[in-house]
Amino acid sequence: MGAPGRPRRPAGRAAFQTDRVALETPDPHGRPRKVCVMNADGIERALARMAREVVDRARERGGELAVVGIRRGGVHLAKRLRKHVAAVTGAEPPMGTLDIALYRDDLSELAVAPVVGPTDIRFPVTGKTIVLVDDVLYTGRTVRAALDELTDFGRPRRVLLAVLVDRGGRELPIAADVVGVQLEVPDREQVEVRLVEGGAQQDEVLVKPRGHA
Amino acid sequence: MIGKHRHLTGLEPLTREEILSVLELATSMKEVLRRPLKKVPTLRGKAVVNLFFEASTRTRTSFETAAKILSADAINWTSSSSSVTKGETLVDTALNIEAMHPDILVIRHPAGGAPELVAQHVSCAVVSAGDGAHEHPTQGLLDLYTLSEHFCAAGGAPAGAAPDFGVLAGKTIAIVGDVSHSRVARSDLHGLTKLGAKVRVCGPPTMIPQGIEAMGAEVHHQLRPAVEGADAVVMLRIQHERIGDPLIPGTREYSKFWGLNERKAAEWLTPSCAILHPGPINRGVELAPEVADGARSVILDQVENGVAVRMAVLYLLAGGAHEAAEGGARA
Repeated sequence: MGAPGRPRRPAGRAAFQTDRVALETPDPHGRPRKVCVMNADGIERALARMAREVVDRARERGGELAVVGIRRGGVHLAKRLRKHVAAVTGAEPPMGTLDIALYRDDLSELAVAPVVGPTDIRFPVTGKTIVLVDDVLYTGRTVRAALDELTDFGRPRRVLLAVLVDRGGRELPIAADVVGVQLEVPDREQVEVRLVEGGAQQDEVLVKPRGHA
Repeated sequence: MIGKHRHLTGLEPLTREEILSVLELATSMKEVLRRPLKKVPTLRGKAVVNLFFEASTRTRTSFETAAKILSADAINWTSSSSSVTKGETLVDTALNIEAMHPDILVIRHPAGGAPELVAQHVSCAVVSAGDGAHEHPTQGLLDLYTLSEHFCAAGGAPAGAAPDFGVLAGKTIAIVGDVSHSRVARSDLHGLTKLGAKVRVCGPPTMIPQGIEAMGAEVHHQLRPAVEGADAVVMLRIQHERIGDPLIPGTREYSKFWGLNERKAAEWLTPSCAILHPGPINRGVELAPEVADGARSVILDQVENGVAVRMAVLYLLAGGAHEAAEGGARA
């Protein structure tokens, strides 16, 4: 049995405990807050647990595992997750990257067309268990676009969604299968995953007011 | 928008950075073009009208393919079967088409400046697909892309790697043929000089416009000094349909002095020199068939890159209907 209030897991699967971080109530005077909810150690521990959970879930239904990161933050995390998966299974699964800019549903609402980066999937998607990796799960629109793009490359046997942070606030009926940390963050605040691969001085997950540096 | 531009009527108004932004986007578009399922939903619900007042197969098909891969609806309009034959003006035609709410008008016209004129009267985006002897901006862009790709590959870059467009700086490109009547030559000249390449133009004196040196070109009237040591050669088509008075005594003489055959290519060109041609080729006139189909030819790469570049242009001009900041709301 999982924790109270969490979805029940099928019998026979190991219980993985997702970190839940209770953020302090917003400052009553409305002053902006900036909270570090995960440091480098926390991120690495979460990824190691996520990798074990991914392998465990993939074993349930079979199918060769492959990891696909959603650009940009998801790609760095996918590379790390892939290494942790290899530590569990002894082999690195194939890795790809997705850029969802051409699959967004809001091009007409933007002043400037979003920057389109490379999508690079060099293995056959059909029949694989794809672990789709992103840094933050919020509205669910990025994941919807990523699923659309992924299925244009083939018909995966199964897609698992792994995110480092689930911040709530979904606008589409999308849920992650594997989560590093679960937060309840109001819309006026943003979650920023800073990674050294992306140019940050140190790995950390911050919650801060929208638009603050 | 391409930088601050709502329309693309030439490469002359674009800055180096604006040109680079289109070329870099074209790299991502080329990846889409090479997918087994070549279709992305980004321009779904947008309409692109190809208004062609001149015959064209390659450019029109290229724009149509680009629009369809991006899921836009492509509508082809040709003047021969239209009210232009009944005396309708260019602006009236454009206003009538615009009343059908297209998002982008792609215009080819025999008169230089026609897309610019239309752009002043319509609210949708306008792209020139070649206007008179003025410019052919997407051909210029695809030539820049193809040249960069060739130079990167020649420099040892792995196959399929994204080209580095800085590679054009310092390279020497020879443009040979009827430069006076060539909109391709003008767009190439603007694009290449902005990206730091040196340009030589070559042809009979009757085909080289006066004052072209002011655009940064080195003028030659003999083929050998123009192509010797060049990193690439752009061979232009003799445009019989555009030339009123004959500018050359005959195609045989032109071929002898300014055409490129296998012997000249072997003796005068460097081993890595690429040969480009905007097409369609007058085989045996500007290019011998063995050269057009030879190992140095990147002519079919130009055609493939043309679709990728046009996808990039359509994406940039169709994106963004009204002002709205792109926040971090998506995830």
